[in-house]
Amino acid sequence: MPNVSFDDLLADDGRVEPRDPMPDGYRRTLVRQIAQHAHSEIIGMQPEGNWISRAPSLRRKAILMAKVQDEAGHGLYLYAAAETLGVDRADLLDQLHTGRQKYSSIFNYPTLTWADVGAIGWLVDGAAIVNQVPLCRCSYGPYARAMVRICKEESFHQRQGFEILHTLSHGTPGQRAMAQDAVDRYWWPALMMFGPPDDDSPHSAQSMAWGIKRFSNDDLRQRFVDMTVPQAEALDLTLPDPEIRWNDERGHYDFGEVDFGELTEVIKGNGPCNRERMAHRLRAHEDGAWVREAAAAYAAKHAVPEEGAA
Amino acid sequence: MTTPPSTLFDYVLGLADDALVSAQRMGWWISRAPELEEDVALANIGLDQLGQARALLTYAGAVEGAGRTEDDLAYLRDDREFRNVWLVERPQADFAVTIARLLVLATWQSELYVALASASDPTLAGVAGKAVKEVAYHVDHARLWTLRLGDGTEVSHLRMQQALDAEWPYVEELFAPTAGALVDPGALREGVLGRVEEVVVAATLSVPQVAPAIGGGRRGLHTEHLGHLLAEMQHLHRSHPGAVW
Amino acid sequence: MNDWPLWEVFVRSRRGLSHVHVGSLHAPDAELALRNARDLYTRRQEGISLWVVPSAQIVASDPGEREAFFDPADDKVYRHPTFYSVPEGVEHL
Repeated sequence: MPNVSFDDLLADDGRVEPRDPMPDGYRRTLVRQIAQHAHSEIIGMQPEGNWISRAPSLRRKAILMAKVQDEAGHGLYLYAAAETLGVDRADLLDQLHTGRQKYSSIFNYPTLTWADVGAIGWLVDGAAIVNQVPLCRCSYGPYARAMVRICKEESFHQRQGFEILHTLSHGTPGQRAMAQDAVDRYWWPALMMFGPPDDDSPHSAQSMAWGIKRFSNDDLRQRFVDMTVPQAEALDLTLPDPEIRWNDERGHYDFGEVDFGELTEVIKGNGPCNRERMAHRLRAHEDGAWVREAAAAYAAKHAVPEEGAA
Repeated sequence: MTTPPSTLFDYVLGLADDALVSAQRMGWWISRAPELEEDVALANIGLDQLGQARALLTYAGAVEGAGRTEDDLAYLRDDREFRNVWLVERPQADFAVTIARLLVLATWQSELYVALASASDPTLAGVAGKAVKEVAYHVDHARLWTLRLGDGTEVSHLRMQQALDAEWPYVEELFAPTAGALVDPGALREGVLGRVEEVVVAATLSVPQVAPAIGGGRRGLHTEHLGHLLAEMQHLHRSHPGAVW
Repeated sequence: MNDWPLWEVFVRSRRGLSHVHVGSLHAPDAELALRNARDLYTRRQEGISLWVVPSAQIVASDPGEREAFFDPADDKVYRHPTFYSVPEGVEHL
């Protein structure tokens, strides 16, 4: 019988560590959320990886390679955090590959032009940071620590995206049009990243009580809009929402209604790139099986017998 | 001995293009590696190669003295003006091929850069001195994976041997006489092959006995693959003449 | 069999500091674990020395025994210098 209860831990320390007692629901919720987060990082490598070979300068190519590499790294930090809850990365990947676990629907949108790399950095990573900063204080220690590391690294991602768009919007007319088009396509999907509206978010209340979630979807969405509107002005680009205007009374920007029907469709698998993303991921996994097997076989052959073993 | 500027330009360009084309091929692996940890590792190697390419291209531009930047040289030359060896320009969508090629390339670069680090050209010596540490890690990575694939499963042994057999014809071009060379390419042959063959044998593989390919990359004669690689790499940059990115 | 085991990674950020646990990773063996750790956890000059330890080799105390393990230290206040009163004006003590 554990003599320190989960509720005491939450109340006293606000932090729960891997071997502490915890309700099944808390564990399940965390595994689902951390795994989905990790899957998003590694699927998120694809839309930007799509432009590594075509980056328009060697400097941009280096930055993009480092950025997509970071995403693999972030996936790894998060899978490691999930594994402290008693699950295996291989099982989580299997659940991704068989569609039983999801990844962020934003990565089901295509990167059609170079400016999309900028829009992803600025808007998608920007939204991710708004979502992730509160997670640095999440009640589950390993998740919170992974998020601290990730948030530190992510700030470069958002800035490089902003810099790409700034350069384009102040470049040739063709570059400027490219930048505006990317913002037009990524704005609404970025707002969808905060999830369904609060009155339609089934798990939110419990997650807040458990200290996994600190702010509601709508609060975070508003925070992102407030942060981004002035940045768009600095970029001299237009956000594709005629309803955006400052509301003195609320002290926030008003904005138009997000089409959550589209979000539902993309989550169901009907987004522009769902099939391509999964096929790419599966191909990499299957094509690499012989390599993973070879390394495991080599390790078994060359294992140093333990001291005292016959 | 002083090297006339135009041949020094060609020589530096050759080393730069080897690194650039390798980095371009390596970048393909990011999101496609056999395990996530390897995505990170191959990206690191590609980033090192790209860094070397940028330093060398910038220096080539300075040697030429016509005001061309690293991007002018990377994006605005056609394949007949590229000076890289054939080893690096062919597709490498197979992990064993990538490892076999990296083993040869990085071992060669490591011997070459050590020699260049004490060469009479201070800029080149500086670039080489930094790159020596990077390629030492690449050699190590290639060695560890050659051992694991060669001495892993039956399947991996076969695939690694096939990869070595496929890459081997392109090894000799690295040692062919090159105009403007500050380090005699032929003088590196014994050291490079000695180190590579030691790894191959330790991995229970055999050193291929094959005739060398005809080569010609240093003179701008390439395989058909390079044109496709450059078309993809250069297309966006060329579609917006004079634009800043 | 084909799943690579888990390793815990410890990084020394500079001389004079201890190695600190930074996270974990998968690798088939110790050699690759060390290299994967280098690539994953020191990309931004975070370290100058690395340890990797198979996760299965870590022996941890049981949170259920936390009170028995750690509470008995609570009342041994005489182990701390602040327990002792020093007359006013006495220095270097």
